[in-house]
Amino acid sequence: MAFSLVNRFEQDNVIVEKIDNLINWARSNSPWFFQFGLACCGIEMMAAAAPRHDLERFGAMPRASPRQSDVMIVAGTVTLKMATRVKRLYEQMANPKYVISMGSCANSGGPYWQYGYHVLKGVDLVIPVDIYVPGCPPRPEALIQGINELQRKIREETPLRKVS
Amino acid sequence: MAISPANMELNDFRKALAAAHPDALVNAGESDHWLEIVPGKWGQVAQTLRDDKAFRFDYLSCLSGYDEGVEGQLLVIYNLHSMELLQQLEIRVKVPREGGEVPTVTHIWRAADWHEREAYDMYGMTFSDHPDLRRMLLPEDWVGHPLLKDYETPEYYRGIQVEKDKRGWE
Repeated sequence: MAFSLVNRFEQDNVIVEKIDNLINWARSNSPWFFQFGLACCGIEMMAAAAPRHDLERFGAMPRASPRQSDVMIVAGTVTLKMATRVKRLYEQMANPKYVISMGSCANSGGPYWQYGYHVLKGVDLVIPVDIYVPGCPPRPEALIQGINELQRKIREETPLRKVS
Repeated sequence: MAISPANMELNDFRKALAAAHPDALVNAGESDHWLEIVPGKWGQVAQTLRDDKAFRFDYLSCLSGYDEGVEGQLLVIYNLHSMELLQQLEIRVKVPREGGEVPTVTHIWRAADWHEREAYDMYGMTFSDHPDLRRMLLPEDWVGHPLLKDYETPEYYRGIQVEKDKRGWE
């Protein structure tokens, strides 16, 4: 899809391409993430954004505000006290928005699943999650794989079709 | 403020406190590394422990809560340290589980401010005359005090299920 665009640029000024592909190409290649590092997974998210396992080469720029971001990476343990705030911040994001649940705690409660009276057993109890990245904590490469999976998921969307 | 170790042992502390506050020590709780103080007198004893020249405990290292069990009482354990005289002391104060009140020592050691809030949050004992006694770690509308031995996890908090959903696990 992307290669055909490059070829056509060399010869003509008119490109014929599905608008869905263009929109999905733009959206998937700039997933600005809301850096929601709550606990140890936040360190691995920072490591993924650091120079060695660069995240910005995928277009993923860290943003501090939910209103400026496309994808919310919930990295770390979500306590019940924080759960109401997570929901509020998710509702502040503009559509189209996606959620990556990073680490065991955000996926399903993590090591606190049995006796953690204060832990939310998985962030998908309060917000809808698109991608789950397992690990405790997941390596930066695993988070990069998660973002790549999200990019693949975005490319399969059909933004132009009417939703009935 | 010269630093000079005083080399006082626990029995020396016990004798000096008994002399200063005659009925503050609980002798039934004899131990070899802590002194137990009656809750009603704890405020005055704490003032003495900080100001008196023999004690000079100007640093509250730690404040802990402890639950003895369903048939026991609640404890508040204070670890005191003196930077001038390089000595340490552990004080325990026992209160009943229901409605236990301990005098606050926030006006003596400021570290007690948040430590007492945490002890109240986890165990439920109140600290009288505390400037701002409210929950610290748990949400404000949480019911119950989790570190008590007979605590049961609530089923729902604001509509969210607290226990792990085990449907589909065999």
